[in-house]
Amino acid sequence: MKILVFIQVDDNKINRMSLETLACAQSLNANVTAITFNEDAANELKKYQLDKIILAKNEKLNSYNPLNYAKSLEQLNDGSYKAILFAHTYETRDWVPRLSVRFNCAFISDCTEIKNENNSLVITRQTYQGKINNDLESNSQLLCSIQSACYKTDNLVNGNTQVDTIEINLDGIPSIIRSEEKFKEQKGGVDLTAADIIVSIGRGISKEENIPMAEELKDLLNAELGSSRPIVDYGWLPHDRQIGSSGQVVNPKLYFSLGVSGAIQHQVGMKGSDKIMAINKDSNAPIFEIADYAVIGDLLEIVPKLINKIKE
Amino acid sequence: MKICVLVKQVSDKNDEIKLNQDQLSVNMENFNLVTNESDNYAIEEALLIKEKFNAEVVICSFGKETSVQVIKDALSKGADRGILIENDSDNEYDILNISKIFKKTLSDENFDLILSGLQSDDIGNGQLGILLSEHLNMSHASLVMETNMNDTNLIKVKRELENGWFQWSELDLPSSLTIQSGINKPRYASLRGIMMMKKKPIKIIKLSEIDANTEDKMNLKSMYIPQKTKETQKIEGTDDEIAEKVYDVLKNELGLL
Repeated sequence: MKILVFIQVDDNKINRMSLETLACAQSLNANVTAITFNEDAANELKKYQLDKIILAKNEKLNSYNPLNYAKSLEQLNDGSYKAILFAHTYETRDWVPRLSVRFNCAFISDCTEIKNENNSLVITRQTYQGKINNDLESNSQLLCSIQSACYKTDNLVNGNTQVDTIEINLDGIPSIIRSEEKFKEQKGGVDLTAADIIVSIGRGISKEENIPMAEELKDLLNAELGSSRPIVDYGWLPHDRQIGSSGQVVNPKLYFSLGVSGAIQHQVGMKGSDKIMAINKDSNAPIFEIADYAVIGDLLEIVPKLINKIKE
Repeated sequence: MKICVLVKQVSDKNDEIKLNQDQLSVNMENFNLVTNESDNYAIEEALLIKEKFNAEVVICSFGKETSVQVIKDALSKGADRGILIENDSDNEYDILNISKIFKKTLSDENFDLILSGLQSDDIGNGQLGILLSEHLNMSHASLVMETNMNDTNLIKVKRELENGWFQWSELDLPSSLTIQSGINKPRYASLRGIMMMKKKPIKIIKLSEIDANTEDKMNLKSMYIPQKTKETQKIEGTDDEIAEKVYDVLKNELGLL
C-alpha cells in the first residue's frame, strides 16, 4: 500500500501537525511518500524512514494559494496512492476540498484514527460535536486530514531518505484569489500558552454579568482566563482569550472549564492539559470525555460557593 | 447581483445523540431542529450585502422536508426566495455527493456569490462551499471574518488563520465564501418580515427527480459512542457538597491552594 503525506510549512518551519500526520502514515505498514513545497523542509524530512521525499518546486509555491497548491498535487498524484494525508489545519480545510472534486474522491476531514485492516484503510471520524465516532472505508483513493494531537511525533521512525525534486508547471492558472501579507490583530495580546492554570468559560456562563465571578475564581487560583469561541463571538471577551482551533493551543497543569461543552474545535486547543476539571450541567457534554474531574452541576451555584470556600 | 446562501437544518447542540439499533444511523426522532449556527451569520452577511447593492438573496438547503423551516426563517429575515432539494430517499450522502447535488441544482442560477456557514454542527465537514467553488469555477475563501465590497466585480475578505493570524484577500466574482461565526450580529425576523415571508416563493425539488451523478464510494462500517481514554472522577451531589469536593481536589490532590 502506498500513502502520500503532504507536509505543510509555516514560516519556513514544518507544521507540527504535519509531523503527527507523518507518524500516522508510518503506523500503517505502508510505503510512505512525503511531499513538500519547501526545500528546507525536504532536507529536514531526510532523517525519517520514508519511501521517498518529493520536493515540488515552483516559485509560486513560496506562498499559499489554494489554486496553485491544488494544481501541484494534481500533477503529483499518479493515482497509485491509497490515501493522501494532510494535517487538519485551516490551510488544509481551505484547499483540499478542491482536490476532492478534481480527483472525484471523498475528503474525510478531521480524522482521529486510521487503521490498516487487511490492506484496507478504516478511518475514524467524529460527528455531532465529538459525541459519535464513525468508522469509514473506501473502495477508491481517499483524501484524509488528521486531527491535532491524535498521533505523537515521538513515535516517528528515523531513517535516511532521498529527496526527489520535481518542477511543477503552474502556467495559466487564473489569478482570481489574491492574498495580502498575514498580520496579527492585537500586539502584546495575552499568551495563554505560558499559564500554569487556566480558568475557561463557555456558553454555560449564561450572561456577561457572570464573567466577574469567573474572574474572581481565576484570581484566587492565580490563573489566566480563557474561553471557548461563543464567548468571543458574543463580544464578552477579546479574541486573545480564545482557546481552540481558531484560538490558542494550551497545555497548562490545570484546565478548569466552567460551562464549556467541549466541541471538537475547542478540545483541539486544550486536550493536552495535564489535568482537566470541567463543570457542566449536561452529563453528556463532550468535555467530560477528556476530563479528569467531571463536575456535574450548575456552575452559577457551585462557583460562588467554591469562591467562599477558598476565601475561608 | 445574485447571492446564494447555503443553509442546513441540524439538531440542537444540546440534544442527546442516540444511535439506532443498526449502529449505522443516528436516531433523529427527538431532535430539536434548528438552523446551523454559523449559517445564521452567512444569512446576515448576505442581507447586509443585499442592502448595499440591492442584490437578490436565495436560500438553498438540502435535507428532509422539515428543512423548509430553516428556509422560511431566512425568508422572514429578508431573503427573497428559497430552494429546497428534498432528500426523499433513505440514503445518507457524503459531502462530495451532496456537492454534486447542489451543483446540478444551482449551476443555471449563475450566482455572483455563494455564502455558507463555516461548518455544520452535526456532521461538520466544512467543505460544501469550497467544493461548489470548484464545481462552478468560482474563487473562494474560507473562515471569513469580514467582507468589504465596493463594486460588484470583486470582494475583499478578511480570513482567520491559525494562532491569531489574519489575512486580507481580494477575490474576483463569482466567489464562494464560508463564513466564520461572530462576523456580524444576526438579526431577528420582524413580525412584518414573517408576514412577507408567506408570499415569497420556495421551490421544492425532489432528489429523486434530478440526476446528480452521485457515486457510492464510501462505506460506513459502524457508528459508536467514543471510548473514553481517560479515567474520569465524577463529582456529584448537592451544590455545597460539590463545592466542598472541588475545593478538596484543588487543595489536596492537585496542591494548588
